[in-house]
Amino acid sequence: MATPKYGGRIKRVFTFHIPLTLMVGATLFPFYWMVITAIRPDSELYNVKSNPFFTLHPTIKHFQDLFELTMFAQWAWNTLFIATVSTGISLFCGLLAGYALARLEFRWAPGLGTLIFITYLVPPTLLFIPLGDVVKTFGLGDTPWAVILTYPTFLIPFCTWLLMGYFKTIPREIEDCARIDGASRIQTMVRISFPLAVPGILSAGIFAFTLSWNEFLYALVFLHSPQQKTIPIGVFTELVRGDVFYWGPLMAGALLGSIPVALVYSFFVEHYVTALTGAVKG
Amino acid sequence: MARVTVATDVPVAVPDVRRPRRPGRLSELLEKQHVLAGVLLAPTLAILLLFIAYPFVLGIWLAVSDKVVGRPGNFVGLDNFRVNLNDSIFLRAFQNTFIYTFIATALKLALGMGAALLLNHHFRFKRIVRASMLLPWIVPTVLSTLAWQWMFDATFSVFNWVLMNVGIISDRILWLGDGVLAMGCLIAVNVWRGMPFFAITLLAGLQTVNPDLHEAAEIDGANAWQRFWRVTLPLIKPIMLVVVLFSMIATFADFQLIYVLTRGGPYSSTHVFGTYAYEIAMRAAKLGQGASISLFLFPFLLTVIVFQLWYIRKSD
Repeated sequence: MATPKYGGRIKRVFTFHIPLTLMVGATLFPFYWMVITAIRPDSELYNVKSNPFFTLHPTIKHFQDLFELTMFAQWAWNTLFIATVSTGISLFCGLLAGYALARLEFRWAPGLGTLIFITYLVPPTLLFIPLGDVVKTFGLGDTPWAVILTYPTFLIPFCTWLLMGYFKTIPREIEDCARIDGASRIQTMVRISFPLAVPGILSAGIFAFTLSWNEFLYALVFLHSPQQKTIPIGVFTELVRGDVFYWGPLMAGALLGSIPVALVYSFFVEHYVTALTGAVKG
Repeated sequence: MARVTVATDVPVAVPDVRRPRRPGRLSELLEKQHVLAGVLLAPTLAILLLFIAYPFVLGIWLAVSDKVVGRPGNFVGLDNFRVNLNDSIFLRAFQNTFIYTFIATALKLALGMGAALLLNHHFRFKRIVRASMLLPWIVPTVLSTLAWQWMFDATFSVFNWVLMNVGIISDRILWLGDGVLAMGCLIAVNVWRGMPFFAITLLAGLQTVNPDLHEAAEIDGANAWQRFWRVTLPLIKPIMLVVVLFSMIATFADFQLIYVLTRGGPYSSTHVFGTYAYEIAMRAAKLGQGASISLFLFPFLLTVIVFQLWYIRKSD
């Protein structure tokens, strides 16, 4: 649609290039701020006279402090473990449930589909207080299992919903052929349908992984001791003492806690976008 | 071969020549669709019953009890709700929740639509720009909100530094020091974080719009603005509506952004239902009172869900 005329090009600068640049700038500026804060020495950070936009004395001291003064490495491991296991559980459940709702004909199929869609919309804020009680009753408080078992409450409905939609796009005829050749229902499902759904499984998995990596409320309520915390909780609770914020290590931790999800996301952007748009289309 | 038998519950009538051995009773049962469906759905239903349905019922019981941490509760009827409605902080939180939700969602929709229209052009580095646009949405909200908190810092705010050096202001602005201004900051950060979700899903909607329709409208003399209102908007209305409803639920039930940036302060002026429920239940240990506050989310949630289900039915 590029107009060759000079006037058209000027217009395009104002209606396209400038707004786009502003938008990208506003989107990325806080991340630039994380990076620059993490590498500026304290003497510059806490000096209103110095220009805050760059530094001539980059330092890794904040990163050293982060690892020496807090259990950041432990938090990173906890976060990875929790995100991986809860994603695994949710994919397993969502895959089976999604297949059943998309492919099998039984009386309660529409009702159950609606029910799972409703649970998909239930926010953690509504349930965290009684759920804290449930977690305590089962003796799960302050263990990784408190969140590994509760994250699936919002991950399973999402995975089910997404994979149900995905199974519906796979032609039924492929399964029918296998059935005619004598495969049982389970064989057909595991050997034919599941391999065909791998792109959908990957999308759901990436999305679920980032959701559980980022979760805050349940982790805040259920995990208390420093060695049990996840990165979002650890950075927020252990680097703020009363009114004192340790901004250097805080931003170093924020940066290191963001990089893994950003990396996973950058490798699978298309899958992530499919999940994001599929999640709302249903 | 009898193809029709495949989709029904009737045992397959084809002679079983290809199966080496006779299937056992279990595998015969699993050939029945409703049995297999039950087995496949069991793990999901077990987790949802245990960790959503049961806590929900328990939450209602807590809301009508005087339960505090470490002591069993007694039934107190609607006392908790009566206390809430006479609590000025709660009423402020009530009001804040609606202000926060509606202003932030409206801004996210407007800016997200703008971003989607921009991204719908062809230009160099489009893939990279689109990928980086989603960053605020994918990184942990707590961590990016901490970066914002540092940018709003009372003494070292970068915004103040710029405004003072350009000469627009002479005194520092206390971004988070005043209830109204702090609410503005919360909305700004929420919009920054949530706008990409709108942009990317609306972009997916825009890409389904047939360019021929635009050309036809252009030939008929419609300008860009008219083409947007009369051609694009009606076509992407369904996806727009769903995105708005999703976002409204998430914003209405927000906790982390507000808890990290202001903790409901200054002077409890920026609480929403989520943060105030946490404050009462976790910090003041009044579980019953806290549960009654988060239950206030429910009517709104129910309205949105019913509307959404009705809309899905209608469009099917």
